[in-house]
Amino acid sequence: MTIQEAVGPAVDTLRGSAGTYQLFAAGSNAGLAEHEQAFGPLSLAAIDAGFMSVLGESGLTGRGGAAFSSWRKVAATAQGRGAALLPAKPVVIANGAEGEPLSFKDKTLLAHAPHLVIDGLLIAGRAVSASLLYIYTTPAAMPVVEAAVAERRDARKIKVVQAPETFISGEASAVVNSIATGVALPLDNRRRLSAAGLKGRPTLVLNVETLAHVALIARHGSGWFRAAGSERDPGTRLVSISGQGAGQVLEVEGDARLCDVLSSAGVDLSTVGAVLVGGYHGRWVRDLECRLSPSGPGENVINPGAGVLHILPARDCGLEATARILDYLARASAKQCGPCMFGLPAMARVLSAIAYGDRNPRLVLELERLTKLVGGRGACHHPDGTARLVSSALEMFAEDMKAHLLGTCTRETRSAI
Amino acid sequence: MTEILHIDWTRCDGRGLCTELLPTVLVRDDWGYPLALQATNGNRSNPAISPGNIEAAREAVHLCPKLALSLVPEQAKPRQ
Ligand code: SF4
Ligand code: SF4
Repeated sequence: MTIQEAVGPAVDTLRGSAGTYQLFAAGSNAGLAEHEQAFGPLSLAAIDAGFMSVLGESGLTGRGGAAFSSWRKVAATAQGRGAALLPAKPVVIANGAEGEPLSFKDKTLLAHAPHLVIDGLLIAGRAVSASLLYIYTTPAAMPVVEAAVAERRDARKIKVVQAPETFISGEASAVVNSIATGVALPLDNRRRLSAAGLKGRPTLVLNVETLAHVALIARHGSGWFRAAGSERDPGTRLVSISGQGAGQVLEVEGDARLCDVLSSAGVDLSTVGAVLVGGYHGRWVRDLECRLSPSGPGENVINPGAGVLHILPARDCGLEATARILDYLARASAKQCGPCMFGLPAMARVLSAIAYGDRNPRLVLELERLTKLVGGRGACHHPDGTARLVSSALEMFAEDMKAHLLGTCTRETRSAI
Repeated sequence: MTEILHIDWTRCDGRGLCTELLPTVLVRDDWGYPLALQATNGNRSNPAISPGNIEAAREAVHLCPKLALSLVPEQAKPRQ
């Protein structure tokens, strides 16, 4: 994999669906002037309680991976204030941590369209009457974001906080923990962030791309947003494409076909063995006709998660690629929760043994057993996401598995991950 | 109302006191950490506690050396 430049590709390599740019309409490295010229100034005063229903009608879902309905999250935070006499004012956090190694769309967005994210954050803040606003982002994106915030009078109350570059740092409760204590580890999931997050206040954590869409929906309305994509997956999303040639960020319509997305990125489909959709917590896919929509997995539908599409060339071994990722995931465990701390390395050892030539047929059953054992048993979704990846590899690479156990895998190892 | 036994995995150290107190609900996994014998909604982390086990479950909550256990009403599903 060509590791992406920290700031991501230049805007001329970014393409929108059907040749239209939406999120990147202001061009490369857009400053406030270019931003306002492209999108028009932001009229925050026009954002009132009614914006919640506009957001609801838009059908926007989170673009950070979990794809929850954005308005429900916003509404839960607004209600999280409860009926107390002096309710605590909410906190809104723009999450740009993007710990997933194969994802670079958030860094790219922050580099080229930071003002759209700031707009979205100000709008979300106003919708829930927040008193504290944060942008949480990686060291590489910090300078651009800080400069953009400094450029604006209306962004004075936004604090920019640095996220450590770890896989788990972007998990919502890890974000809150990091800002509060400097430790970017997930918190026990009994605590609801919408009721008691940062400093005990109702806390809304939204992905930076989600906020950029919020900024456009506030300007153009829900009908405009829904004009792209489909009924079940309206609007556009950014995808990070890697594994073949230089990494690319594309803005594609919701419910797009995987093959169309890859073709518009210039990928020769005949060389594609499989695609890892959704990143290290995602799934391997071979059917390139399938559509990318959070309603998946289902018949011909796959959940794009945070929009990662990583290509495995046809000549490479999927088991070895998965073994390498699993090894990374085992090391990425925040080592707080026993089943994750011990279970993931155990899974990684078994899969590596298979991938690198151990032909004991019981290893497959052992891997399946361990995969079931870790499911649901951690403070965050790391064990579940890891189990999902391994299950999909066992399914998609069943033939390769047989070849490995017979000692006849002929693919090149050392795949590019 | 059924209660579920919530395990705070960030605290539990897997020494297994709870599995001794609730042998019909929890077993120890490969590393000693509590594992629900039966999944509740596909989840083996937060087992539902039947009325017959509620006393033992309360005891486990009190005795867990890491304060990792709590009983919560079933509706209060943990954060997604
Ligand atoms: S489940 Fe794993 S990654 Fe998540 S908090 Fe626990 S130890 Fe850390
Ligand atoms: S008693 Fe507490 S610390 Fe010990 S295994 Fe059970 S939950 Fe974990």
